[in-house]
Amino acid sequence: MAQDADNKARPDGVQQDGANRRAPGIYLDNQATTPTDPRVVEAMLPFFTERFGNPHSAGHAFGWDAEEAVEKGRGQLAALIGATGREVILTSGATESNNLAIKGAARFHRQRRPHVVTLATEHKCVLESARALEREGHRVDILPVQPDGLVDLDLLAATVSEETAVVSIMAVNNEIGVIQPLAEISAICHDKGAYFHCDGAQALGKIPLDVAALGIDLMSISGHKFYGPKGIGALYVRRRPRVRLEPLIDGGGQERGLRSGTLPTPLCVGLGAAAEIAAAEMAVETARISALKTRLLEGITERLSGVALNGHAELRVAGNLNLAFEGVDAEALMRALPRLAVSSGSACTSTAVEPSYVLQALGLEEARARGSIRSAIGRFNSEAEIDQAVEALAGAVARLREEGSAAAQ
Amino acid sequence: MSVYLDYNATAPIRPEALAAMTGALAEPGNASSVHGPGRRARRLIEAARAQVAALAGADPAWVTFTSGGTEANNLALGGLPARRILVSAGEHDSVLQAVPQAGRIGLTPDGTVDLDALAAALKDTPDNTLVSVMLANNETGVIQPVEAAVALAQAAGAWVHCDAVQAAGKVPLDMASLGVDLLTLSAHKLGGPPGAGALLARPDLPLNPLLQGGGQERRRRAGTENLAGIAGFGAAAETALEDLPRLQKLDELRDHFEREIKILAPDVRVFGASVPRLPNTACVALAGLPAETQLMALDLAGVAVSSGAACSSGKVQPSHVLTAMGASPDEAGAAIRVSLGWASVPEDIDCLLAAWGDLYRRSRAA
Repeated sequence: MAQDADNKARPDGVQQDGANRRAPGIYLDNQATTPTDPRVVEAMLPFFTERFGNPHSAGHAFGWDAEEAVEKGRGQLAALIGATGREVILTSGATESNNLAIKGAARFHRQRRPHVVTLATEHKCVLESARALEREGHRVDILPVQPDGLVDLDLLAATVSEETAVVSIMAVNNEIGVIQPLAEISAICHDKGAYFHCDGAQALGKIPLDVAALGIDLMSISGHKFYGPKGIGALYVRRRPRVRLEPLIDGGGQERGLRSGTLPTPLCVGLGAAAEIAAAEMAVETARISALKTRLLEGITERLSGVALNGHAELRVAGNLNLAFEGVDAEALMRALPRLAVSSGSACTSTAVEPSYVLQALGLEEARARGSIRSAIGRFNSEAEIDQAVEALAGAVARLREEGSAAAQ
Repeated sequence: MSVYLDYNATAPIRPEALAAMTGALAEPGNASSVHGPGRRARRLIEAARAQVAALAGADPAWVTFTSGGTEANNLALGGLPARRILVSAGEHDSVLQAVPQAGRIGLTPDGTVDLDALAAALKDTPDNTLVSVMLANNETGVIQPVEAAVALAQAAGAWVHCDAVQAAGKVPLDMASLGVDLLTLSAHKLGGPPGAGALLARPDLPLNPLLQGGGQERRRRAGTENLAGIAGFGAAAETALEDLPRLQKLDELRDHFEREIKILAPDVRVFGASVPRLPNTACVALAGLPAETQLMALDLAGVAVSSGAACSSGKVQPSHVLTAMGASPDEAGAAIRVSLGWASVPEDIDCLLAAWGDLYRRSRAA
């Protein structure tokens, strides 16, 4: 591909000089995906090239070398979540992990526990997995959330029963960033003997997630949401007491029979490297990103009125700001800001022009949902970028509001 | 370690694929996002889709990217509303284990699927039958009579899936002329990165997704696309297509190896020698000389080959492929697979023959 040569020198993809065809811009969409950390890329590269063996080749040194690297990565990830390596099943990403956890647990226990519970604000792949189970004859409850986006624990407790196989509730919401009360959810599940599956894709590396302390039985992880590579993720599967699943992908019997297929060694190495960086830097990084978020919010609210925050104000992840701009259409706002990468909903659904189902589940009026923008600040954003984003956003909102009122007259 | 002769397990990455990946790794976007970084990611994926389609003689719209060949095989076999499934007994585990209930069609002693048995099984088969026959076997390299299987299947109104993971990039591949409905490819077997593969399927097939969620890949496979992996896959596919004439000549090196090893030990059996095979694969056995012994000795000499398929290497059981060809447990347990690839050189075979000759002489002396 023609453009590759000039990209090669900049593995971080962030500090771009705008040369060649790459338009400079500000990337505030770190909940859709994050740039791969240059340290992660560096760790991965040898396993694409000279250390390329198939980790399942048991008969020679190329294979053993790759296997050792995979196991190191698995261990680094396990350490970040307080698990053992034997509890980490490597997958192609969080979508696969969520499908495996929910369908796998429900199908394994379909005879005695035909019931599945989740929330209306979960990621599409959780909701679609639940609906697929419903078509197979499972009973599925998709619970509403409170106006602040948090689970209603009383409603959950009233819904989970001895017939519930699995309750799937995410740690951090991908659109509004709210953090669910995981330990309380776990207690409700375990009281009835149900598994607690937690989609940790948006939370890992951003808040501490200790599966033992939180009582999580299954947890989905995505590499590319915390500065690791795309195409790799994991499912934590508790061993004591043992969580039983039906596999989705069968074949060579890799990953303890729960997930067949050749493990991509470089991606496993990248996932591990990303986990190690997150473990070392999470506290400092969260403080820095939190300050940037405050700077963004204060900058915008100083310049504009009619701005509201969607989701709980305190119980949310540091980098997320989901803001409603009164009298503005989010799609028009994004078109007016071509150099600012933000989103109006989750990435996978953002080609659709429906208002976000997550915001609708909060009970927001359609106009407010349609006027909401998600900014997600990440590791590679600077203060200067935040200041530019404030100016760009405030200017664009003011212009659109003027045009709107002129059109109304 | 220096001599790598296990390309059917995985191939070292081609420089073109690495360059494409390095470029894609620098892209911050998610291909489903509508902003600039998202659109750049989308363009890379669509370019790769065209490259992968070209390798298989298919339309880009037929390509669904997956995490690899195993997922693609599971999607093909689990995604169609098939009332009956027939698979060849020599298929990869990712086919056999995906549909354990499937009817198995045996192999002939030369390693090809038994077409008479397939014809008999297709007699009075219900509507929505699915037949899965690989294009070339991963252990023996034997090229399967897919066109003949397709003719039988079409006469019975059945769909045909073809696992082309091992054949792609080693022999010409044209999905249209093969006449199959679904075809599986893997990136890392042809010099692309591990973690990327594809299922090629006609858009009108009623294929249900295995992974559900954000609706990516025309609703056939949800999940954020593995951008760098897909870009590397595309570049590897394009390079493999250009490099095909050279790789087709690997049979000169392979035949040289088989001639020489038979001079060293005339009792060596070469599996599938009487039928068309991939140019890169040799599967040989000398009864009484266990594969594990050979692998250990060759590894000490710095030569990497394998016994059977890599993913089942952990289990010590005789190859289901060789067993289906009528090999005794002793013979199957003695089989090693030598597989060449894009970076192989004649010296690799010289090293293998020297190391194997030493081992053979020691075993005779003992």
